[in-house]
Amino acid sequence: MSKDKDRVLNIILVSPSILAVLIFVYGFIAWSVRVSLSRWKGLTPDYTWNRFNNYIELFQDLRFAVDVRNTLIFTGVFVIGSLLLGFLLAVMLDQGLRGEGFFRSLFLFPMAISYIVTGVVWRWLMNPAMGSRMSGFNLLFANLGLDSLVNAWHTTPQWGMAAIALAAIWQMSGYTMALYLAGLRAIPQELKEAARIDGASEVQIYRHIMIPLLSPVTLSALIILGHMSLKVFDLIVAIAGKQLALDVPAIYMWQATFDGQFYGRGAAIGILLLLSVAVLIVPYIRYTLRTETEQ
Amino acid sequence: MKSLRFSKNWLYIPLVGMAIFYLIPMYVMLITGFKAFDEIDLKTMWDLPRGIAFDNYVEAFSKLSPSLWNSFAMVIPATLISSALGSLNGFILAKWKFRGSDVIFPFILFGMFIPYQSILIPLVQFMNAAGITGLPGLAMAHIIYGIPITTLTFRNYYASLPQELLEAAKMDGASMLGIYRYILLPISLPSFVVVLIWQFTSAWNDFLFAVVLTGNTDWPITVALNNMAGSQIIAWNVQMAGSLLAALPTLLVYIFLGRYFLRGLLAGSLKG
Amino acid sequence: MNKKLFYLVSALMIVSLALASCAPAATEAPATQAPVATDQVEVFSWWTGGGEAAGLEAMIQVFASTDPNIEFVNAAVAGGAGTNARAVLATRLQAGDPPDSWQGHAGQELIGTYVAAGQIEPLNDLYESEGWLDVMPETLIPLISQDGNIYSVPVNIHRANVLWYNPGLLEANGVEVPTTMDEWFAAMDTLQAAGVQPLALGEQWTKLHLLETVLLGTLGPEAYNGLWDGTTDWGSAEVKTALENYAKVLTYANSDSASLTWQDASQLVVNGEAAFNVMGDWAAGYFIELGKTANTDYGWAATPGSGGVFQFLSDSFVLAVGAPHRDAALAWLKVAGSKEGQEAFNPVKGSICARTDCDQSLFGEYLQSAMADWSSNTVVGSLTHGVVANDSWKTEIDTSLGLFLTNSDVDAFQTALVAACASSGPCK
Repeated sequence: MSKDKDRVLNIILVSPSILAVLIFVYGFIAWSVRVSLSRWKGLTPDYTWNRFNNYIELFQDLRFAVDVRNTLIFTGVFVIGSLLLGFLLAVMLDQGLRGEGFFRSLFLFPMAISYIVTGVVWRWLMNPAMGSRMSGFNLLFANLGLDSLVNAWHTTPQWGMAAIALAAIWQMSGYTMALYLAGLRAIPQELKEAARIDGASEVQIYRHIMIPLLSPVTLSALIILGHMSLKVFDLIVAIAGKQLALDVPAIYMWQATFDGQFYGRGAAIGILLLLSVAVLIVPYIRYTLRTETEQ
Repeated sequence: MKSLRFSKNWLYIPLVGMAIFYLIPMYVMLITGFKAFDEIDLKTMWDLPRGIAFDNYVEAFSKLSPSLWNSFAMVIPATLISSALGSLNGFILAKWKFRGSDVIFPFILFGMFIPYQSILIPLVQFMNAAGITGLPGLAMAHIIYGIPITTLTFRNYYASLPQELLEAAKMDGASMLGIYRYILLPISLPSFVVVLIWQFTSAWNDFLFAVVLTGNTDWPITVALNNMAGSQIIAWNVQMAGSLLAALPTLLVYIFLGRYFLRGLLAGSLKG
Repeated sequence: MNKKLFYLVSALMIVSLALASCAPAATEAPATQAPVATDQVEVFSWWTGGGEAAGLEAMIQVFASTDPNIEFVNAAVAGGAGTNARAVLATRLQAGDPPDSWQGHAGQELIGTYVAAGQIEPLNDLYESEGWLDVMPETLIPLISQDGNIYSVPVNIHRANVLWYNPGLLEANGVEVPTTMDEWFAAMDTLQAAGVQPLALGEQWTKLHLLETVLLGTLGPEAYNGLWDGTTDWGSAEVKTALENYAKVLTYANSDSASLTWQDASQLVVNGEAAFNVMGDWAAGYFIELGKTANTDYGWAATPGSGGVFQFLSDSFVLAVGAPHRDAALAWLKVAGSKEGQEAFNPVKGSICARTDCDQSLFGEYLQSAMADWSSNTVVGSLTHGVVANDSWKTEIDTSLGLFLTNSDVDAFQTALVAACASSGPCK
């Protein structure tokens, strides 16, 4: 009986969130889908049925092909880089060193800085000029004798997005570190002590005990970082301006909708972004729910 | 055994190395904030400013401070409410499985992935029609769009807690809300810390929602900061000074919350 | 400790809820304490920093003196070329909540977007009552009209086809200021051989800006205008020559152009690190702020091939359909088009008046020469800054350019341009 009472209470407590998400997420997505299937071009709403032409045009669009490639490169470098760096930093800070608070705040601080200024500073740092006009990191490397590190950064043909991912890692890895630190701190010390008594080395402890126990954190971080990398827009424009070589779907969506008045196409890009994300999280949800029921 | 473990102090080397990586861009921001307009040049980006004049900071502060109150008034409720809701949702969806709870979680989670540019128009239309404009509307938008990620974080955190914790309490006759208040909340601290950090930062730094939902009397500091840049000829010295100023409240939040990255909150609760 | 934390958080939440509901009132209070304003006008623009904001402020002062009872609500939002302001404007227009007046680039950017959607009112009556038809240049009026209706009040004029150069570098290498494309190529060859960076360019939009000047310089004003009304074929041999010229010009540019803003690129010229830069004349305002001297640190000329032609762009204000305060908006527009208003705004902003009767002595050296050119030259419109092509067309051209910059394929570029004209322009 109290179980039923609990059930009713649960539903009541969760329902504001459900209602909000229903309207503000699914309702708006439905509007967006409708626009993506329409002929809307220009300021006047035009919901004339256009079948899937917007989508077909996108798949034939050279610019969109560049966007997809850039997103894959960016996501790969950004997510893996942030996870690794965040994890390493968290492990280092978990050792109870003095000054932990200072380092922790330092690594988190980049996330607090506005994207405009982060973008401009990284634009200067990654300036690819050579010879007498060398500046930024290249100048630093040259002065330190590290000439092999001098490169064209984000103007590298084909792979320039990886450099922009570096700026994003700088900004976001502190948060990944915070996630892992919270996760590490929640693991009872007894587990580590017991393993040490059994003769395990530190590395073994991390490999066989800590990292597996941190897998929920890793999955959370993957989702958060993944969704950020698909949505990233302001930072890229601040570093590179709107240029095709470093274009991503989010920038294309903005430019199509607000600079070019192609509302139908912009909405189609948005829906494709959503679908690509769904492809990622559906396996995640199924995996999570399955492992939990097993427990 | 202890002598075989390498001294922890060696860790300072990689830590300081990483700190340098994080500090380099901040160094550039700091020195540029002290430069005069004609000193800003790619050639001289590493050079120290001619003199330490606080003019840029004074100018930035005078342009940003009118909006400071707006930011606080919007961010604090948005952060606290969305975190609280996320915690409640996470608790229910992780520990109190009922029919349909496994559908509700992905349902809510999906809201995290919506690209904000594509819903600006319906959002503004809805808010105007509902009469919820300005800062309350902006706070509401941040709460609603923050619920998916706060729910995700809390749900995963609670899911990793052992079920025995709750079983023991249920056997003692505790109600669901009682368990939430007396058992779960105290050990939720680390999770609250990361969620509060995220929500505060994303609400404080958000520009897109702020610029479409508020006007020039009530917009938060991010819009004022963007406006300081100007559109055509941009004065980066004032802009960087302003950015560092605007980031200070967030930094204070990080420092304050960081003290709660405590170890061993679970210790003892298992044995009790 | 945990219990205290719990109560602290609860208290914070209650306080913050109170804040959220009180804050709007707090920020509105000052407005009601302001001097008795019987009306207000909300004006949207992207003039928020530097000379632009100062110029707008000067014009607002003129407005305050002519209409002291109307409060000016400055809803400016920054963003290059107004990208943010236009997005906010679009959402407000979709929600049926227009401001009273907004800034837009005179020409197709306004007409193709807002007139097509019925969002702005024709201003012929205003032009008649204020006598603007006598003081605005004749060649300008058709470019801001559609079907005989004039749709905006231009406040300023900027010139797009300006070639900035470093006099010292040119003199040291025995190079004359080029007047034709071929002279330009020869000059840049000489400079390159001497180890001087011939041309400074920035990110993609500055290359679009360069493209329009090369099109003008190769095709001449009539054929250039024909591109935009469908009489010049984008697929023709002369356009191909222009595109080949363009590809050649790009080879003289700095290798790091993609990572530079327009400011960084123009700065190279006054620093003596590059010889030429093609940019609109707002660069003059920038050079002045850098403390540089005209004709010593920098010189200017029409871009090669476009001597005697003024490729213009203009910031202008419109009257919204359904403006909440229509009369106040009209009062604002009167100031924007008035001699006092334009004389207050332009010297500070670094542009010249749209009116031809402004006092020359108020303006600096470059601007005076620009004023002389404006009244004597043939006038054509800029592409990058919204005069000759509507938003959709310009975006498609920009995308084609972006692809060209990655693959340097002139034929593919030309094909894409033909398609763009058919898709969003007057071509069939």
